[in-house]
Amino acid sequence: MLGGIFIIMAFYLLGECCAWLINGFVPGSVLGMMFLFLALSMRWVKPERVRPVARFLCDNMAFFFLPAGVGIITSMDVLSRYWDIVLVVGTVTTLLVLIVVAVLQQWQEDRRAHGRTN
Amino acid sequence: MQSIVSSEIFIITLVAGVYLAALWLYRKTRLALLHPLLVSIPALVAVMSVLGIPYESFQQGSRMINFLLGPSVVALGYVLWEQVEYMKSNAVSIMTSIFVGSLVGIVSVICIARWMGADHVLIATLEPKSVTTPIAMGVAEKAGGIPAIAAVIVIVVGIFGGIVGPFVLNKLNIDSKIARGLSLGAAAHGLGTARAMELGALEGAISGLAIGLMGVMTAILVPVVEWVMSLF
Repeated sequence: MLGGIFIIMAFYLLGECCAWLINGFVPGSVLGMMFLFLALSMRWVKPERVRPVARFLCDNMAFFFLPAGVGIITSMDVLSRYWDIVLVVGTVTTLLVLIVVAVLQQWQEDRRAHGRTN
Repeated sequence: MQSIVSSEIFIITLVAGVYLAALWLYRKTRLALLHPLLVSIPALVAVMSVLGIPYESFQQGSRMINFLLGPSVVALGYVLWEQVEYMKSNAVSIMTSIFVGSLVGIVSVICIARWMGADHVLIATLEPKSVTTPIAMGVAEKAGGIPAIAAVIVIVVGIFGGIVGPFVLNKLNIDSKIARGLSLGAAAHGLGTARAMELGALEGAISGLAIGLMGVMTAILVPVVEWVMSLF
């Protein structure tokens, strides 16, 4: 367990260092995710070592969002100033991105599966 | 008394307790509208106001929970590795979907916001709304928006997309696990991923990948789209 925590924190740190080098263009956690993936693919890290900690962290992601979610309340006055635009743009474009990505991906996969059976 | 309810020990216990109760309620009822996040946030705000806990104390006390968001994103690298076999043959289609999705996201924000009379600052703040918070703040700042508001909008959008997303996917008969995970991560970043993890490990892993891809793609495309739109 402790070994797993060490590995994940070490990759997080590595990610943060690289993020600093590129001016935070990509967040350190996302870079750390990619580095951990690479290290596992190259067999530099034993998967059994990270599995328990990784599972715990990923299974409870929604819980870790709670403090940020409560934080919205304090920004209500700022949000309420632009509420109509934020509401319309936020909902419409989010649904649009969701639908476009889902339908396009499904269509590409179906088309390929279809091509294979022909 | 006040020092106890404002302490880290009390706040962490409170947050975990409220979340567990909300999780229990969600599992009992199976109502998506009662998603633990939707129930926990107002419940915590209510408890805080009843006990007179100032928001600053809450923020201080819940720092440890908030911190774990970072490691949980890193840990997605493991889930991604576990599931990579299922997505190898789909690399090209995944990149295509993310590219189009990111472009549609940016252009639709600009068009709708302009139509509603938003100024440039607000548009620049809204542009990265489907992207993970740190990237969104950076993109908003570079485009001339307000990073702090961008962060809030990102979370609001994430909660909305994460909760409504699975319904929409079911309504559209999207049965590809890759399409389901990818679209949730692309539209609702970390919260979409948290929701995708509930659907399955492959959905969760792809969703985590989508956060990274969508973030980088949007950061690259925002300046390009702004330049092109400025020509009209």
